[in-house]
Amino acid sequence: MTDFPWLLAMIAVPAVGAAVVAALPRGREETAKQAALGVSLVVLLLAVLATAAFDVGGERFQLTTSVPWIPDFGVDFALGVDGIALVMLLLIGVLVPVVVLASWRDEPVGRRSMRTFFAWLLLLESFMVGVFAATDVFLFYVFFEAMLVPMYFLIGSFGGPRRQYAAVKFFLYSLVGGLVMLAAVIGLYVVSANELGEGTFAFDTLRQVEIDPDVQRLLFLGFFVAFAIKAPLVPFHTWLPDSGAEAPIGGAVLLVGVLDKVGTFGFIRYCLPLFPDASRDLAPYVLVLAVAGVLYAALLAMGQSDMKRLVAYTSVAHFGFIALGIFAFTTEATTGAVLYMVNHGLSTGLLFLVVGMLIARGGSRQVGDYGGVARQAPLLAGVFLVAGLASLALPGTNSFVSEFLVLIGSFPTRPVFTVLATVGIVLAALYVLLVYQRTMHGPPRGVLLEPAPEASAPGTGSPAPVGGGGATAATATLDAPAAAPARLRVHDLTPRELAVAAPMVALVIALGVYPQPLIDLVEPAVAATMSDVGADPAGVTPEAPGGTD
Amino acid sequence: METAPADGLIAASWLLIALPLAGAAVLLLGGRRTDRWGHLLGTGTVVAAFVLGLLCTLQLDGRRLDVALFTFMSTGSLDVRAGLLFDPLSALFVLLITGVGSLIHVYSIGYMEHDPRRRRFFAYLNLFVAAMLLLVLGDNFVALYVGWEGVGLASYLLIAFWHERPSAATAAKKAFIMNRVGDVGLALAIFLMFAQLGTVSYDGVFGSIGLLAGGTVTAIGLLLLLGACGKSGQFPLQAWLPDAMEGPTPVSALIHAATMVTAGVYLIARCAPIYDATPTARTVVLAVGAVTLMIGAIAGCAQDDIKKVLAYSTVSQIGYMFLAVGLGPIGYVAGLAHLLTHGFFKAGLFLGAGSVMHAMGDQVDMRRFGGLAPHMKVTFVTFGLGYLALIGFPFLSGFYTKDAIIEAAFDRGDGWGYLLGGLAILAAGLTAFYMTRLMLMTFFGRPRWEPGVHPHESPAVMTAPMVLLAVGSVAAGFLLVVAFPLEEWLAPVFGEPEAAEHVVAPIVVSVLVTLVMLAGVVTAWLFVGRREVPVTPPVRVSPVTRAARRALYADAVNESLFMRPGQWLTRALVFVDNRGVDGAVNGLAATLGGSSSRLGRTQTGFVRSYALSMLGGAVVVAGALLAVTTG
Repeated sequence: MTDFPWLLAMIAVPAVGAAVVAALPRGREETAKQAALGVSLVVLLLAVLATAAFDVGGERFQLTTSVPWIPDFGVDFALGVDGIALVMLLLIGVLVPVVVLASWRDEPVGRRSMRTFFAWLLLLESFMVGVFAATDVFLFYVFFEAMLVPMYFLIGSFGGPRRQYAAVKFFLYSLVGGLVMLAAVIGLYVVSANELGEGTFAFDTLRQVEIDPDVQRLLFLGFFVAFAIKAPLVPFHTWLPDSGAEAPIGGAVLLVGVLDKVGTFGFIRYCLPLFPDASRDLAPYVLVLAVAGVLYAALLAMGQSDMKRLVAYTSVAHFGFIALGIFAFTTEATTGAVLYMVNHGLSTGLLFLVVGMLIARGGSRQVGDYGGVARQAPLLAGVFLVAGLASLALPGTNSFVSEFLVLIGSFPTRPVFTVLATVGIVLAALYVLLVYQRTMHGPPRGVLLEPAPEASAPGTGSPAPVGGGGATAATATLDAPAAAPARLRVHDLTPRELAVAAPMVALVIALGVYPQPLIDLVEPAVAATMSDVGADPAGVTPEAPGGTD
Repeated sequence: METAPADGLIAASWLLIALPLAGAAVLLLGGRRTDRWGHLLGTGTVVAAFVLGLLCTLQLDGRRLDVALFTFMSTGSLDVRAGLLFDPLSALFVLLITGVGSLIHVYSIGYMEHDPRRRRFFAYLNLFVAAMLLLVLGDNFVALYVGWEGVGLASYLLIAFWHERPSAATAAKKAFIMNRVGDVGLALAIFLMFAQLGTVSYDGVFGSIGLLAGGTVTAIGLLLLLGACGKSGQFPLQAWLPDAMEGPTPVSALIHAATMVTAGVYLIARCAPIYDATPTARTVVLAVGAVTLMIGAIAGCAQDDIKKVLAYSTVSQIGYMFLAVGLGPIGYVAGLAHLLTHGFFKAGLFLGAGSVMHAMGDQVDMRRFGGLAPHMKVTFVTFGLGYLALIGFPFLSGFYTKDAIIEAAFDRGDGWGYLLGGLAILAAGLTAFYMTRLMLMTFFGRPRWEPGVHPHESPAVMTAPMVLLAVGSVAAGFLLVVAFPLEEWLAPVFGEPEAAEHVVAPIVVSVLVTLVMLAGVVTAWLFVGRREVPVTPPVRVSPVTRAARRALYADAVNESLFMRPGQWLTRALVFVDNRGVDGAVNGLAATLGGSSSRLGRTQTGFVRSYALSMLGGAVVVAGALLAVTTG
C-alpha cells in the first residue's frame, strides 16, 4: 500500500478528469456533472486511503514520490506529506464533491457552458493537491502560480456582475505576491548554492541550511508577502471581499476554504522552518497584523450589506486567528491553527453554501432583501444557524476546538495579543447573529415575499397565530397592512441541497465533539516545526513552579 | 477531599447528559414525523434523567467521584479530558435541574399545546437540560465552558422561539451578546490558569492554587466573576435578563429563573478554593451582589408587565446569592440554599404567571388584570404561596434562606457587614412591595380586562406542576435549613459547619426582616390596593419612578456607550476600507499603469496579457537561474 504513489494519483486523476470533461461534446452537460462528481469522489477515496497508509508516528514526510524534473537546477518533481499537508488534502477531498453537487443547478452566464466550469474545477483540484503535496520549493511555486489560472477563469467566466473586475484584482494581487515569492525562491537557491556548493530546491535540505539573519529577513519577507496576500492579512485583504462576492458559490468555497489556506500553510511549512531567526524577530509585527485583522475585519463584516462580502470579511478575521496561532510559536497554538485551517474550510464553506442556497431563492445578495425565512424554510435556517454558530466558534462545533487551542496556546507567550483577539469572539457573535436575525427572523419581508394578492380573501386576513404565549397585539401591529398578509414563497432545502449540507454539518459537529484524531494526525508535524523555529515542541511550560498536576 | 473513580450507577452518570441530548437530536433530526409524540419523548428523557440523578445521589454518600470519558483535546502540554465530577454540590444541581426541569416539561405540554412548533420547543428544552447538566457535572473548566456556552445557545433559541416578533429576535441576540462578553472573562480565566498552572482540571487548579501570586489569583477570580455576571444577569451585565422574558413562559421559569441564571452562583461556589485565596475578588463579588440586588428590587417596583416584575425579582434574588457567596465560607451554603428555594418558588411564580397569561389571551400588562382570584383558584393559591415564600413570610422557604444570608452578612462583623445587611433588609422590604403590588394588581380589585377575555383555570397538566412547586415553595426552606441541613450535605465540599458566633442574634434579624417585609406589604396596599388602578400608566410621576421604570437607565447607558459608538465605528471603517485601503491599492495600480483606464483595458485582452506575463515570468526565472549558476 505504502508504495502506491497516492499523491501523484491525487494530482493526476482530477487533471485527467478535467481533460475528459472539457473534451465532452457540447450538450453533454449532465455527463460532465456526473463525471466531475465521480472523479472528485475518487480523489476523496484516494485521500482517505492515503491517510490510512500514513504512519502517524513515522517519518516527517511520507508517501513520497520523487523524479528529477530540471536536473540542471536541482528541481525535482518531489511529493510528500506531513500531517499538516495530509489534513489539507482530506479537506480538499471533502470539499470538491460537495462543491460539484452544490453547483449542479448553476446556470452559466452567456455562452459559457457548465462543462468548462467543471473542467476548471477539477483542474483546480489537481493543482491544489499539488501545492500542498510538493516538497520541492520550486515545484511548490509552480503549483502556487498555476492554481491562479483555473480560479481566475472560475471567477471571471462564471461569477457575478462584477466578475471581470474581481477576477483581475484577484489575479493582480496574487501575481504580485507570486513574483515577490519567486524572487525569494531564487534567493533561497542562491544561498543554498553558496552554502552547499550545489543549489537545491528540496525542502528537507534547505531546512538544514544555516542562513545569515539579514538574508533570512529578506527571504522571509519575500515568502511572507505572498502568503499574507493569499491568506489575506490586513492590509493585504481588499481583494478577497471582491473575489468572494463575485465568485460563483462553488468557487468561493474553494477560494476561501482551500486556496487561501496555502498562505497560512506556507507560513508553517516555509516561513518558520526555513527562516527561524527572521520568524522570531518579525513575529511581533506579524502578530500586530493578525490581531488587527481579527478586530478590524470583524467590525467590517458587521457593516456589510452584501452577504457574500460579509462571509469574506469574517474569513479575514479568522485568518487573523490562524496567524496569531502560528506566530505565537507554541505547539498548542500551532496545532490549533492547523485545525483552524481545516475547520474554517468546513464552517465557512458551509456558510458560503447556505448563503448561496438563499441567494438562489431570492436572486439578491443583499441582507436587506431578506427577512423571516426561518418560518418557511426551517431546515435552511437551521443549516444557516449551524454554519453561523461554527463561525462564531460555539463549543460543540469544530471551530471552537481550533479557536480555543489557538487562544489558550498563544496566551502564555503573547498575553496582550491574545487578550485583544479574545475580544474578537464577542464581535464574531455580533456579525453572525446580526445577519441571522435580519435574514431569518422577524416578519416575512423582502424579495422572497409573495406579490400582494389582488383581493384579500376573507379568512386569511389575520396573521397565523404565533404560538401559545405570543403577544397577539405585537403580531398584529407588525403585519400592519393586514389586508394583504405577507407570505413568503420560499421552499425549504431540496434533497440535493440536503446532500450538500448534511456531510458538512455532520463534520462540523463530529470534529467539534471528538477532535483528538485530527490533533493526533497533525501534532508530530507541528512539533517538528516548533523544533525548527527553536520553540519547545513539548508545549507550554507553566509559570508557577511545580504547577502541573 | 480526595477524588475517587466513580462506581456503581454513578459511573453511568454520563447518561444524565446523554438522555436529554439524544432527545433533542431525535426531535430535531426526526422532523415532522416526531410531531405527534415529540413532547412525550422530550418530557420522558428529563424525567428519566431525574430518576437516574436521584438514584446516583442516594449512592453518593458524601464522596467526590470522577467519571473519565474520553480525551477531548490533548496537544503539547495541554490535556483536556472529557470527564464528569459527581459530588454533593453537583448532585444538588442535577436534582434541581432535572426535578424542576421535569415539572416544567410537563407544564409545557399544556402550555404549548396549540403551537405548531411544539416539538421543536421540546427539542430546545432538552438541549438546554443537557447543556446545563454538562455545565454542573464537568470535572474541568473546559467542560464547564462548553456547557456554559451550550446553555447560552439554548437560551438564544428559546428566547427567539417566536422569532417572527422582532422584539423576541432582538432580545435573544442581546442575551447571547451580553453573555459572550461575560464568556470572554471566563475564557481568559481559563487561559490564565493554563499559562500559570499548566492544567484546566478542577483538581489540578484547586490543588495548586496556593502556588500562585496573590495578584494572579485575584485576576482569575475577577475574570471568573465577569463570566458569572454575564450568565446570571448581574451588574453590569444585567440588562439582557428582563428582555429575555420575550421567550415562552416555561422558558422564563426554567432557564431565566430556576437554573441557567444561577450558573454564576454555581461557578463561584465551585471555585471556592480560588475565592478563599483572594479576599479582594470576594469583596468585588459582594459589591456586585449588593448593587444588583438593589437595582433589581428598585426596577421591579415600577414594572407593569407581570413577567418583567418577576424577571427583576430574579435579578435581585440572584444578587442575594452573589452577596452570600461573596461572603466566603460563611456564605456559600446560605447562597446555595437560597438558590434552591428560589428555584422552587420562582419557577412556580413564573408558571403561575403563564397560567394567568394563558387565561387572559397572552396579556402581560398587569393593568389589564385584576380580580382574577375567584376565576382561577388553583393558580391563585399556588401563586400566592410562591409569593409568600418569596417575600419571606415566616416559616416559608424564603424566610429561612433569605434570613440566613442577612445573618451571614452581619456576621462579617465590620462596617461593611452592617451596610450589606442593611441593604439586604431594605431590599426585602422592596421585594415585599413589588410582589404585593403584583398580587393586588393581578388577583384582587376590580377586573380591568380587555373586552372579550374570559379567564378560566388552566388544565391539570399545567396546574399539577404548579401545585408541586408550591409545595416545594412552602417546605423547601424548612427542609434545607432545619430538617436536613444543607450544611451537612455540603460539608464534604465546603468543610464541616462551624458553630457560628452571630454578631446580631438570628431572632433579631428575623423580627427585623419580618417587620420591614410587613411595611412593604402595607405600603403596596396603600399605593395599589385601596385605590383604583389606572389602565394606562400615569405619566406625571416622580423622577424616581421614571428611573425605576427604565431600570435605572441600564439600556440607555449600554446604547450610548457601546451600541451607537460601535455602529458609528463600523460605518466609518467600512468607508475607510472601501475608499482608503482599497482605494490606495487601486490608485497605486492606476498610477503605475499610467491611467486608471489601463486596468479596464487589460481586462478585455486579459488572456493575451496573461500569456505574455507568464512568458515574461518564465524569462525572468530562466535568466535568474542562469545568472546564479554561471555567476
